[in-house]
Amino acid sequence: MAIKQLSIFIENREGTLVTVTDAIARAGVDIRAMSVADTQDFGIFRLIVTDIEKAKAELEDSNCFVSITNVVGVAVNDEPGSLAKVIRILADNNINIDYMYAFITVSRKYAYVVLRVEDNAVAEKILTENGIRLVTEDDIVGM
Amino acid sequence: MSHEGIRALQLEKLQKQVRHVYDNVAYYRNLMDERGVKPEDIVTLEDIAKLPFLSKDDLREAYPYGMLATDIKNCVRIQSTSGTTGKRVVAFYTQEDIEIWEECCARAIVAAGGTNEDVCQVCYGYGLFTGGPGLNGGSHKVGCLTLPMSSGNTDRQIQFMMDLGATILCCTPSYAAYIGESLKERGYKPEDNKLKAGIFGAEPWTEEMRRDIERSLGIKAYDIYGLTETSGPGVSFECEEQTGMHINEDHFLAEIIDPDTGEVLPEGSKGELVFTSLDKEAFPLLRYRTRDICVLTREKCSCGRTFVKMSKPMGRSDDMMIIRGVNVFPSQIEAVLLNEGYAPNYLIEVDRVNNSDTLDVFVEMSEEYFSDTVKNITKREKALAAAIRAMLGISPSVHLVAPKTIERSEGKAVRVIDKRKRLGINI
Repeated sequence: MAIKQLSIFIENREGTLVTVTDAIARAGVDIRAMSVADTQDFGIFRLIVTDIEKAKAELEDSNCFVSITNVVGVAVNDEPGSLAKVIRILADNNINIDYMYAFITVSRKYAYVVLRVEDNAVAEKILTENGIRLVTEDDIVGM
Repeated sequence: MSHEGIRALQLEKLQKQVRHVYDNVAYYRNLMDERGVKPEDIVTLEDIAKLPFLSKDDLREAYPYGMLATDIKNCVRIQSTSGTTGKRVVAFYTQEDIEIWEECCARAIVAAGGTNEDVCQVCYGYGLFTGGPGLNGGSHKVGCLTLPMSSGNTDRQIQFMMDLGATILCCTPSYAAYIGESLKERGYKPEDNKLKAGIFGAEPWTEEMRRDIERSLGIKAYDIYGLTETSGPGVSFECEEQTGMHINEDHFLAEIIDPDTGEVLPEGSKGELVFTSLDKEAFPLLRYRTRDICVLTREKCSCGRTFVKMSKPMGRSDDMMIIRGVNVFPSQIEAVLLNEGYAPNYLIEVDRVNNSDTLDVFVEMSEEYFSDTVKNITKREKALAAAIRAMLGISPSVHLVAPKTIERSEGKAVRVIDKRKRLGINI
């Protein structure tokens, strides 16, 4: 059920980000969502794209350091309080979130939220049980 | 003592020492036999070139008793190196060995103006490290009131220094600089303390650092040199001229050799310093290669001493680095990396910030070690730093980098960038 995220290691040097974005452009894939974690030495660029294998191959050809990570995607209603509900469910079940980021769909009916947790299966089960809709790969491509 | 007098004394002691070693140290006797050299072949001082060299590797191989030249019942003490390069070197001392060692340290204190009216604060480490015990013994011999502080606990150091009116400070130059800063932070001016001299060694330092320390403590700073293998500090020491360290030639015979060929070089040439301990009973090393590169000069010294002077070491003939007073080889860091599952693609960066050495290690990550969370990468960096610390005894900053980003070079890889060199520090 989990969706796949590209995780790219980016050193804090000039031009590294350009190499990444150029490779994705060459792969001809769309970026649906992204986030960057930054530390003093390095950053981790995280992307949800329409064709992950194609993007990964192109990135590797450009000598980028990349891996695929399974993350949980949830669809929340695009209205106040929806995210709070999801977070509350996770908190109540002692599930820690390592990081999260969101993107708004064109229809504006849902916002998609990407969550990175320790155990995807457990989180997905609990969220589903609480009536939260999970995002699938098809949702991403069909956005 | 005249130069001729020193040479005559050295020859007499050398002949006796070679005989002593040949008769009692099987390891060295075998080396001599392999070369076909007998003790009676040492007729002039120059004949020392016939003798085989000893290296740190020999001492490791002979660990722990292989270099011992007397019955253990005649020994009263051991001292030891930090053991960071694998096996420790353990040096043995008879009471007479200790007397001579302390005498050498006493000369260093006297050369720094010490008398029995002085209060000598020793904040080198006490224990296996030779710094504390050596200067402590030297201070006793001079008759100073000795404050055996050992290292660390700066608050206490400063309290004793001020309350008991310490006049001579013995420690590493970086700790002296730190004490200077700490005094300033506490609102003391250089003239508020009674210190007049400092005897600083065990790590490389520059002229600039000397002037900084002298200003901040209001003292004159003297360099001291030594190594556990020959005894400890006091093999050589500076006089008030501060232009090199007089070698205690009545106890140590110094040579300068070409580190590649082993050929003895004429006085005044730059090369590797080699020591023969002329009086050691328990642990007498003949032609021990220090790996320190320096120059010996025998010009007349204004202090009146006739002992030859050695320059501050200008470098090392191997790849050893001295970081915060600890001997570090790149191969040790490499061993930790391999042990922790990393490829041996790394870069070591050494620098000095605020008079303290820094060690940064850049390591390429493997695919399996890459994580999409900062937390996991940081955790790996910390674990690797802890493993390196366990090996070296000093803490590095570890930086994981992407694969294939550390420059590969043709031939010998550049593993170390020592930025201290730009500061003019002779490593």
